[in-house]
Amino acid sequence: MIKPLLEVEDLNVTFRTPHRMVRAVRDISFTVGKEKVGIVGESGSGKSATGRAILKLTPGNGIVTAKRMQFEELDLANATEQDMLKVRGKRIGMILQDPKFSLDPVMRVGDQIAEALPPGLGRKEARERVLEVLQAVQIRNPERVYDLYPHECSGGMGQRVMIAMMLVPEPKLLIADEPTSALDVTVRMQVLAILDDLVSRRGLGLMFISHDLNLVATFCDRVLIMYAGRIVEECKASELRDAKHPYTQGLLASLPRIGERRKKLSTLVRDPAWAY
Amino acid sequence: MIEVENLVVRFGKGKAAMTAVDNVSFTVKTGEAFGLVGESGCGKTTILRCLAGLNQDWEGVIRIDGKQLTPKRERAFYKLAQIVFQDPYGSLHPRFTVNGTLMEPIKIHGLDRADERIDRVLKQVGLGPAFRFRYPHQLSGGQRQRVAIARALILEPKLMLLDEPTSALDVSVQAEILNLLTDIRDSTGLTFLLVSHDLSVVSHMCDRLAVMNHGQIYEELTVDDLVARRYREAYTRQLFEASLGYDKRLTTEQVKALDEAGA
Repeated sequence: MIKPLLEVEDLNVTFRTPHRMVRAVRDISFTVGKEKVGIVGESGSGKSATGRAILKLTPGNGIVTAKRMQFEELDLANATEQDMLKVRGKRIGMILQDPKFSLDPVMRVGDQIAEALPPGLGRKEARERVLEVLQAVQIRNPERVYDLYPHECSGGMGQRVMIAMMLVPEPKLLIADEPTSALDVTVRMQVLAILDDLVSRRGLGLMFISHDLNLVATFCDRVLIMYAGRIVEECKASELRDAKHPYTQGLLASLPRIGERRKKLSTLVRDPAWAY
Repeated sequence: MIEVENLVVRFGKGKAAMTAVDNVSFTVKTGEAFGLVGESGCGKTTILRCLAGLNQDWEGVIRIDGKQLTPKRERAFYKLAQIVFQDPYGSLHPRFTVNGTLMEPIKIHGLDRADERIDRVLKQVGLGPAFRFRYPHQLSGGQRQRVAIARALILEPKLMLLDEPTSALDVSVQAEILNLLTDIRDSTGLTFLLVSHDLSVVSHMCDRLAVMNHGQIYEELTVDDLVARRYREAYTRQLFEASLGYDKRLTTEQVKALDEAGA
């Protein structure tokens, strides 16, 4: 087997709150290779906390511990802030849910992408490179889009700009946290097609965090299902329908599906034992 | 129950004017569940807001329960039609208890037996009497949406306008709320107008639907026709296929089609 890009063993994320300690992520282990790994769960299951912990972007009241967190040759678990500066964006990129909040509203999108370029490029050269990446995310008129401000971009275009920006430093791993949840369905498919293409062409690893089971089942290669901070099940995306864990089965059964006329949807009966 | 004829809504003036709803007509029969589907900006919520009287600047004819509506509504209208909004975090007053929220319509309409009504409606939406004196921040998203539904039900309306009632909720909670709405419809014979971007939710809840884009109704069809893929419009097909999940081959085709359409 080829060595995975990222290996995580016994990752824990705990948040201090005024009243108690909240264990958002509990003893989870997983690997990500050059593939599309989906992390699915409901709100509060710890999927986003996992994504952030890998980049050490956990807020100040959070404590992250891990037996092992290895990204290529780098030991993330013991990496200093100084080390992380060389990793964030450059070797591990991150795409967040809403481009409206992740782009600088008073800067032209082209100039924002140019910030990600290595220093020392001339103005003209930098512009050329930006136009190239805009084209790589299938923006048809990159010259025009370069000069737009974020508020002039549609949601799908904004998200493509984000992806373009993340791609400039050619990261090995991309963490996408609900990258298409704010987008309309047809635009969503376009953005996914671009991500899919990039993963297969550039040999990226993609961690795809989502609440949408159906989407993950059809888009990813492998799926981790999280519940109450734990990975309760791991399976091939194509085999998600035959999931074994009652939580996964319950989630799947509670989804309305086109062409399946049921009077009532089955609801999830939570078993406290799942969390332990 | 609802008849809409040549509804037009414009926002802005002069050069900045845009037509949000462009000559839309449809009818919903009494007791029917009708879905309005489309992507963001297609005008589906605007139509709902016109029906609810929240948007008073429109042209055309709207009749509800046989009565032609003016942009400004009388109080009696709101006993007939009620609305449930998308975001249960934004639609409940944070400083009102559940009781306070439910008392409001009772006071406005001068109804009697307030306690009895509140207890009954809370039971109807599956919340016990213990919830009556809680604040919204003490409730989960699903419970809040139940309160919002209770607030709409307490006036015993004949028409329920639902604006993406489950899209802010987790799937397991969505199932509970959809089941609740099904129960309510079974027991009261309410007419539903459901606005959603999610074809699977609409196909689960509704009998008929209209597919909207760019402020117009592209096509109107029954859910049975949708399921059997008997749609006429390419746009409906696109929505349908996109809601089945990701398919690389189809998507590549779609990207091409969209590019050609200049989207």
